[in-house]
Amino acid sequence: MSRLMLLTCQLLVAVVALAVWQFLTTVPVFGRILLPPFFFSNPIDVGSQIVKWFSSGVIWKHLIITLWESLLAFVIGSVGGVLVGFWFARQPRVAAVFDPYVKMVNALPRVVLAPIFTLWLGLGIWSKVALGVTLVFFIVFFNVYQGVKEVSNTVLDNGRMLGMNERQLMRHVYWPSALSWMFSSLHTSVGFAVVGAVVGEYLGSAAGLGYLIQQAEGVFDVAGVFAGMFVLSAFVILIDMGVTLAERRLLVWRPAAAEGRG
Amino acid sequence: MANTAQPTAVALGDATVAFRVAGDRVYTAVEKANLSVAHGEFVAIVGPTGCGKSTLLNVAAGLLKPASGSVKIFDQPLAGLNRDAGYLFQADALFPWKTAIDNVAIGLEIKGAPREQALQRAEGWLTSVGLGAFGNRYPHMLSGGQRKRVGLAQVLIRDPKILLMDEPFGPLDAQTRQIMGNLLLELWNADRKAVLFVTHDLEEAIALADRVVIMSAGPSARIIGDWRVPLPRPRDISEIRMEKDFHELHREIWSVLKDEVMKGYVQSTQAEAS
Repeated sequence: MSRLMLLTCQLLVAVVALAVWQFLTTVPVFGRILLPPFFFSNPIDVGSQIVKWFSSGVIWKHLIITLWESLLAFVIGSVGGVLVGFWFARQPRVAAVFDPYVKMVNALPRVVLAPIFTLWLGLGIWSKVALGVTLVFFIVFFNVYQGVKEVSNTVLDNGRMLGMNERQLMRHVYWPSALSWMFSSLHTSVGFAVVGAVVGEYLGSAAGLGYLIQQAEGVFDVAGVFAGMFVLSAFVILIDMGVTLAERRLLVWRPAAAEGRG
Repeated sequence: MANTAQPTAVALGDATVAFRVAGDRVYTAVEKANLSVAHGEFVAIVGPTGCGKSTLLNVAAGLLKPASGSVKIFDQPLAGLNRDAGYLFQADALFPWKTAIDNVAIGLEIKGAPREQALQRAEGWLTSVGLGAFGNRYPHMLSGGQRKRVGLAQVLIRDPKILLMDEPFGPLDAQTRQIMGNLLLELWNADRKAVLFVTHDLEEAIALADRVVIMSAGPSARIIGDWRVPLPRPRDISEIRMEKDFHELHREIWSVLKDEVMKGYVQSTQAEAS
């Protein structure tokens, strides 16, 4: 299939889906409307809601808040995951002691932590950042841990025979290996940072995309809910494209980059 | 051939290597090995698979400590890693996240050489292994033979006094092996380092080395034979295989090696069956 053909087909799917949606919510079939607009809204209302958000500029504030929360969650979670991952991998005894607790915390559905974080950190951005951090941290932590553990013995021995001391082994062998594992889970961890931010906002906040959706839902503004969902997925797709670009640059040495291990 | 004024490069005295396996059982890989490599001498170790050739090499490198016996490098007892040795591994040992030229330069950089200078010399080494134009490729973009060339440059740039090689050309196809063998001899001829070369290929060993050492099948492998190779240098290893002297020596050594190879084969199949 040529590129143009593919693009046409992809567009066609969207057009058909929107048309069916519009049809079922506005045109009566056998005397009744199959999808009541009160519950399902319709594409035109949703579209005009999105246009209104962007033309009036309200959406930017919420987008920037969500972006900021996701970014902070990603950075803090990643730095923490890298440090602890390295530490545990290089100190098997520490890892063994903490192992059951790490598993326990990781097994916990993170959403239940949201109320606690709101209680501790208030309704501002930090409670959302905290929720995102708990999600991102474990992904990065497990990947870095694995990355340091799975360094090939031959490569390590080669480093030693070339005269590397422990510090140089860290820099030239362990660190790049751990980073490659971390980058390969980049899509997952960035995705989770956004999930943390939006879920946090949804559960209690004063701004952000999650807040927008929750507000609309609160007043049965279904068009608003759908509009929020569309903006959110476009937002995530944009971020994901950015991650793909970063990955292509950073993992150029890998035979098949973009092969996820998250 | 060896320069008598120089101390022996590698001397193993009654070296025994044992591993602890499954609780209290001890597996003796190599028993009382006596081996010496003179300064500038090219020694090949040949033996059946699993006989502990690589173990012996790791002992000389300081990566393994013998359970008993002595290891001397230039008459000094070896403690820790052998800093005089360069090691060419059988498996891929290049740093996959570094380009070919960075892989070669790293040996100098960690010694504190300025990056510019290290890169310049790495460029020179890449050229002498025939990869001058491949400096910015990552290892996965190179063929197996090219990776071995980079590995050779990576080891040689540090100018080690001893070269330890663990079936370095094992994974390559027959033609590439010959080309690599000739390249190795050419580079070695320039400054004649002491070489300890492990292989399971007797022909390769005779073609390359000054001395061929034969090991028995493991466990408790011993050194059971030591032959001088009187073939003249410089050699072309694809030509030298046609010569009469080569064949006679090959037949003589093979008569000893054959039994061990069979023993090793039987043991390995039994080990798999049990």
